[in-house]
Amino acid sequence: MTSRHPPVGDFATDFDHTDPAWVADPYPIWDDLRQRCPVAHSDRYGGTWLPVTHDLVSEVAYDHEHFTSRSVVVSARRPGPDDLPAPIGLSPPITSDPPFHSIVRRMLLPAFTPTPTAALEPFTRELCRELLRATEGRTTFDAALEYAQHIPVRVIVRYLGFRQEDADMFRSIIRLVLEEVDLPVEEREERFTEVDAFMDAQIEDHIAHPRDDLTSFLLEAEIDGHKLPVEQVRGTMVLLMIAGIDTTWSAIGASLWHLAQHPEDRRRLATEPGLMDTALEELLRAYAPVTMARLVATDFDFHGHPFKEGDWLLLPFPAANRDPAVFENPGQVRLDRARNRHAAFGLGRHRCLGSNLARMELRVALEEWLARYPDFELSDPNAVTWSAGQVRGPRTLPVAILRNGS
Amino acid sequence: MTHASFRVHVDPDRCQGHNRCYSVSPDLFELDDLGMSSEVGAGMVPAGLVSQARLAVANCPEHAISLTEPPEINPEINTEVQP
Repeated sequence: MTSRHPPVGDFATDFDHTDPAWVADPYPIWDDLRQRCPVAHSDRYGGTWLPVTHDLVSEVAYDHEHFTSRSVVVSARRPGPDDLPAPIGLSPPITSDPPFHSIVRRMLLPAFTPTPTAALEPFTRELCRELLRATEGRTTFDAALEYAQHIPVRVIVRYLGFRQEDADMFRSIIRLVLEEVDLPVEEREERFTEVDAFMDAQIEDHIAHPRDDLTSFLLEAEIDGHKLPVEQVRGTMVLLMIAGIDTTWSAIGASLWHLAQHPEDRRRLATEPGLMDTALEELLRAYAPVTMARLVATDFDFHGHPFKEGDWLLLPFPAANRDPAVFENPGQVRLDRARNRHAAFGLGRHRCLGSNLARMELRVALEEWLARYPDFELSDPNAVTWSAGQVRGPRTLPVAILRNGS
Repeated sequence: MTHASFRVHVDPDRCQGHNRCYSVSPDLFELDDLGMSSEVGAGMVPAGLVSQARLAVANCPEHAISLTEPPEINPEINTEVQP
């Protein structure tokens, strides 16, 4: 995506997370800022802060007094005090603050522990095989568009209990919602209206015909003996849909992008299957897709910086994961990195709800891919494109198959 | 060989349910219905699982896990391994 904003001169004072340089390769930018700042500021989006060390990112993630989660996607539309219903926000619990946050989160957590996640594994594995079968006989194809992107969308579509035919439609909506953050306000709101209408139809259908899926689970759920208001169910469904798709698509794509360029890592994964769990965590550390955001809740001094109520703050977990103060040789991917406290799924009480699901999908996607295509490379490295915004992953990933698996 | 046992402990106030410890060592940790972790039993670490316990400590993003070493092995210093 081409940025609609003027090019950035100095990222320390004028950064933009949709700038082509950031989109193409943010790591040198963060490394530089870590030395120079380490809290950058930009007047863009109405005023945005960016801490880049692991220490500062953790500090913000744990601080619910000075920061609010009521909006977690930085966009041109800076929410006013009455725009977002505190403490719930529009998509609870990611947009909720304590103590309400914990109540909604506790309600959702049982649906995302390893047990229900494992129940989705056979579906995921069959899906991966089906996608790979469709590439049979071709020497080059797009691993992002023809493989990675389909996996999380179809898994969450199944878990929410929507029709598989709906997958394509809402994948495109989500891309617009998440990536086109610098669209004019009216156009963005139109997109959100579109999503809401789709969700309302699903909710009505599930009320009429309850079934064993996540949507019915939400409609049945009670807090203090009361069912959830429909707008809250809808907000949470939108969250689960958005949060579950772009993020995991990005993690799968980035991992394949890495493996395409590192034959020794492909060989290790093929010959040491016991390495997979450690390797997954390392790929998640090195290529963590998600940067979160907060709004500053109150005027205060943050390590010498005058934070003002309503300022945006980008919370770059991927930058924390590359901090040499915490990770030895952070720029190097070591599949056997044994000590790895990475923050790819965030830190503190907003830890990614779907982390078990995401890990399962990433593991199955890589296992099935490597079984089918143990050797592959980028067919055109210059044709690889990366998403812009707060979720980073390859959106075009042309690969050439060098060898088929048995 | 007889020796005192290492003990592992999950601080429930810090645990956020990343499940990294459970993934490293399902013998030492268990999850509740919400996916929050706690040590199995009293947290006694069998001799063969000490390295798994250390890995669990070293991989917890929230610094929620502590491993207490038996005084017999390391009597001189404070034996609490800080997460």
